[in-house]
Amino acid sequence: MYFEVLAHEPGAFTMDGMGEDLFFLSNGHISPVWYSVLARAGYFQTQELATFRKIDSRLQGHPATKEGLPGVRMASGSLGQGLSVAIGAALAKKLNNDDKIVYSLHGDGEIEEGQIWEAAMFAYAHKVDNLVATIDVNGQQIDGPTSKVLPIGELAPKWSAFGWEVIGVDGNNMEALLEGLDKAKSHTGKGKPVVILMTTVMGQGVDFMMHTHEWHGVPPNDEQAERALAQLPETVGDY
Amino acid sequence: MKKFEYKEKKDTRSGFGAGLLELGKQDERIVALCADLTGSLKMTAFQQAFPERFFSVGVAEANMMGIAAGLTIGGKIPFTGTFANFSTGRVYDQIRQSIAYSKKNVKICASHAGLTLGEDGATHQILEDIGLMRMLPNMTVISPCDYNQTRLATLAVARHEGPVYLRFGRPSWPVFTRPDAPFRIGEAELLNPGSDVTVFATGHLVWNALEAGRILAEKGMNAEIINVHTIKPLDIEAVIKSARKTRCVVTAEEHQLNGGLGEAICQELARHHPVPVEMIGVKDTFGESGTPAELLEKYGLGPSHIAEAAFRVHARRKVGNGVGIHA
Repeated sequence: MYFEVLAHEPGAFTMDGMGEDLFFLSNGHISPVWYSVLARAGYFQTQELATFRKIDSRLQGHPATKEGLPGVRMASGSLGQGLSVAIGAALAKKLNNDDKIVYSLHGDGEIEEGQIWEAAMFAYAHKVDNLVATIDVNGQQIDGPTSKVLPIGELAPKWSAFGWEVIGVDGNNMEALLEGLDKAKSHTGKGKPVVILMTTVMGQGVDFMMHTHEWHGVPPNDEQAERALAQLPETVGDY
Repeated sequence: MKKFEYKEKKDTRSGFGAGLLELGKQDERIVALCADLTGSLKMTAFQQAFPERFFSVGVAEANMMGIAAGLTIGGKIPFTGTFANFSTGRVYDQIRQSIAYSKKNVKICASHAGLTLGEDGATHQILEDIGLMRMLPNMTVISPCDYNQTRLATLAVARHEGPVYLRFGRPSWPVFTRPDAPFRIGEAELLNPGSDVTVFATGHLVWNALEAGRILAEKGMNAEIINVHTIKPLDIEAVIKSARKTRCVVTAEEHQLNGGLGEAICQELARHHPVPVEMIGVKDTFGESGTPAELLEKYGLGPSHIAEAAFRVHARRKVGNGVGIHA
């Protein structure tokens, strides 16, 4: 998203993002990933990542605008609110004759929130076609698999029935994902909002983290981190 | 007692509608959203004049608050419209995270506040909204007293940068302020100078406070009457100045005693200048169906109740040095 898709200016962050694509993280609890990407995309120094969740940090446990961290335009954490916000930003772009696109990211547990479906209805009804919502369909939430906590059923027909253009991709396959994002972009401006359902495995590539919800909110200790990174060679150097 | 008269009665929500239409003409950044109550909120004129800047969101208030927050990111000044109940209690978390914490320039415009919503009953008569909104950091809370002032307040909040909760109501109510009066957010308005007791009132009860002032004047008591249209930030200086002068205070609002204007004033007086206080408001109970007049009478918010409270608090003033014990 930040390196291949967004038209954005990391070095000259503005709240209004006029003439730029915008990204809203709705499932704010994945802030570590987002901060990490924002830093490497050039919004702020990577050293600042070490302040995450610490006192006086701009990197709050859940994203916040209060501290003025570049890249963050809206607080998130309490779930289900980001799609509405993204719609508002997309409407403002239309009113401003700004032809850029607004993206949002949601968890599949998050879409149990009713506000998501209020927003889904609105975006279709008001033809918000400069909006691409992406959903991480990992089938996990805090209490367990979504299939047990609250089975959310088939998502593609659900979004389709709400009037959205639906694209399904393997979210763990970068090439497929980029292709999906490209396809989504080609569907914008055609009278319908677009959603990408990204099927993923939580903890993909790390044998002891895959196929369980247990790592949803738990950081690995040093030994576990080393074991995990050993299985993901492409990230070791950066770490 | 200065003379306060009215030639007509009008609903405060119509003052909001008139102000919003004017704003739409003045400033392209003004947009409006409504959750299926466009007629009730008097937003129809704006909707017709600026259809591209009006968003009908349906019965989906949470989504409305989020969209409004998002619109500010593109530089818009969104005005949301629905009943006070659905503007606050129903969407508290959306306001808290997406508007107040994120410091977005959204104007939350809330009609049908308080008991004077009348016959619809307690489900719709929110009496907790001022408290809910004034607890939120970054939020400004405004409660104008009549049609003219609601129009002026609507114009003023558009110029104010930051989240605002603007509270108004349903019933026809005396129009006694000037249409060209200055309206300054955060400045309490001295309506009648007095020396025996201060009545701080907000919203519809400002008129009742003036009526109470007349009752008191007939009995030789000279009441200072202050319209606190901005509940947050509270005009602390005006509160303390008047309390020093009269040494006893009555607060009056169409709201629970918990969390409302009275509580805000008591906080400041307790810290800076303790004097006896009597509070007019709803006493930890829900409302019910009835006409506005019947409800104000039954729940003790009428002019006579304010006058009685003034006598009570004045009697307490004479016991001890302004910190008497209520019998």
